[in-house]
Amino acid sequence: MYEQMCKIRSFEEAANELYTSARMPGLAHLYIGEEAIAVGVCEALRRDDYITSTHRGHGHCLAKGAALDRMFAELLGKAPGYCRGKGGSMHIADQDTGNLGANAIVGGSAGIATGAALSIKMRGTDQVAVCFFGDGALGQGLLYEAMNMAQLWQLPVIYVCENNQYNEYTHNRETTAGSMLGRAQAFGLEAAEVDGQDVRAVFHTMQRLVARARRGEGPAFLLCHTYRFRGHHVGDIDRSFYRSAEEEAWWQTHRDPLKLLADWLMAEGGVEPPIFDRIQQTVRSEVEAAVQFALNAPYPDPSEVDRHVYA
Amino acid sequence: MSTPDVQYSISVRNPQGREITFAQAIREALAEEMRRDPRVFIIGEDVAEAGTVFKVLTGLVDEFGPERVIDSPISEAGITGMGVGAAITGMRPVVDIMFGDFITLTMDQMVNQAAKTHYMSGGKLKVPMVLRTTLGATRRSAAQHSQSLHAWFSHIPGLKVAIPATPYDAKGLMKTAIRDDNPVAIFEDKMLYQSKGPVPAEEYTLPFGVADIKRTGTDITLVATSSMVLVALEAAEKLAELGISAEVVDPRTTVPLDRETLIQSAKKTSRAIVIDEGYHSYGVTAELASVIADGAFYYLDAPVKRLGAMDVPVPFSPVLEDLTVPTAEQVVEMAKALCGRH
Ligand SMILES: Cc1ncc(C[n+]2csc(CCOP(=O)(O)OP(=O)(O)O)c2C)c(N)n1
Repeated sequence: MYEQMCKIRSFEEAANELYTSARMPGLAHLYIGEEAIAVGVCEALRRDDYITSTHRGHGHCLAKGAALDRMFAELLGKAPGYCRGKGGSMHIADQDTGNLGANAIVGGSAGIATGAALSIKMRGTDQVAVCFFGDGALGQGLLYEAMNMAQLWQLPVIYVCENNQYNEYTHNRETTAGSMLGRAQAFGLEAAEVDGQDVRAVFHTMQRLVARARRGEGPAFLLCHTYRFRGHHVGDIDRSFYRSAEEEAWWQTHRDPLKLLADWLMAEGGVEPPIFDRIQQTVRSEVEAAVQFALNAPYPDPSEVDRHVYA
Repeated sequence: MSTPDVQYSISVRNPQGREITFAQAIREALAEEMRRDPRVFIIGEDVAEAGTVFKVLTGLVDEFGPERVIDSPISEAGITGMGVGAAITGMRPVVDIMFGDFITLTMDQMVNQAAKTHYMSGGKLKVPMVLRTTLGATRRSAAQHSQSLHAWFSHIPGLKVAIPATPYDAKGLMKTAIRDDNPVAIFEDKMLYQSKGPVPAEEYTLPFGVADIKRTGTDITLVATSSMVLVALEAAEKLAELGISAEVVDPRTTVPLDRETLIQSAKKTSRAIVIDEGYHSYGVTAELASVIADGAFYYLDAPVKRLGAMDVPVPFSPVLEDLTVPTAEQVVEMAKALCGRH
């Protein structure tokens, strides 16, 4: 799990670098600081379980098993990318790893994940569907329609709310009334709350919720408290009008999910520090190779433009 | 226009040198209207301190406070519905929908509620609200952040739709939109926000349903909307070099539509191309072309041609995205063919 988190961190840093050096088009919403959620959740899933993701989806895709090189190719709009360069950062989908797609519409995938769960039930498999979304999506009505049906029909879906406190540039205390957990509880969903910086806590709670769902015991809601270390997107540099540098520094020094896990492994598992360096180095060279692959990859052929409009 | 008290001054085309950006023009329009009328308020995601993601509203919250520049949750359907409710009961809300793609979430509130209320109430209730949002591609934002969906609202009786191309038009149309007693949607091209143009310092508004002739010509009419006006003007320059004189007509509002100016221009030039960034099929171009075909049929030397965005979800990859949006070269080629030049 440490390696997975490291991979996501390293991927995001490289994406940032590609973007700021003007080699990556479009928008990039970095997941740095939130890695423990994607990894903790996806480690509790099988490859054939489904996820839906968000505009901040690189971490979810990687944790579910996506390959670095094809991810980078997609970010650069290149032909070997997961979506042949048509989706870009915010729309990565990969059927082979059960990734039904990142989604640039806030709350947009609540129906899709729940529909996948309905399909699981109708097809009689024991798969599970996970819907990742941010605290901002709690403002969207679709989520509540979906949770209502999921509970009525006891669907194997788990709603994972990544509460990083901010809806773009607005703190959620200005946008979100009442209790977050209470929203799911009102529909009778099993609801749990964890420290989203602690990958072990996310993983263990998720294991329990996944097991319930597989047994046909219905949907659940997992609220993970976290923080995005960087801007809303890479261009969001001057953040002083909505949050302080001290607040950011505090989270980065005290609540970094990679550091927290490394500290625990050293203290409780007797893992020696050089191991972490080795993992970091391996991951970094994998990421570098993947970036090179993407930079060298060809753009899609112009004839691609009107392919895949219809199946 | 159903508001008789509005005074128009359309004559000011080139005031003494003051140039501001499209974004500033919108901001000025909102600020002036909010100063003029305490019932006007703004609601939307990140509109206050952030001044929206495009920084169009920067500073408004400092002047008018968070009670009139309201940061909302990410609840497009909810805030649009609240706009309708507030409008019916005496306020004049401006609902800010960050990207035009997200009007999909407002659809029931706009189409079934805002657009129908005045009619269904037998004229008793009025819905003086504005929904401002964006259109336009070529920002590498991919399929869910790049669409030009103004044809959707244009299709619905009861809604008015403005699509300004210049800072001057943006300011004048925004002010008129706010003073209108009907629900109005105004679509602003994201790529135009930083474009500059002359805007008078004095107060003015622009009437809805009056097209603007952005360039006069005699051989062919190019009807264009929003940023496609700039594409048409660029094409007209190139055509001039080839000895083809193109007239560029900007309807400025699709609802109400100035049919007469389109028809007169086409009668004069005897040829027409309609250019709009919405999807080609079933889009704004179809309506405009049919107006011209209908009204100027006996004067036309060639069928009316249309250029819209390709009928594909806007792709992410730059090499593909650029293929989907109409370009000046395409307009030139089409115009040359229509004028019998090869
Ligand atoms: C329906 C919709 N409205 C607005 C946006 C613009 N937008 C993109 S991300 C975002 C904030 C999302 O906040 P949250 O859900 O908490 O996720 P986070 O960015 O914190 O991961 C907004 C408002 C959008 N993409 N979709």
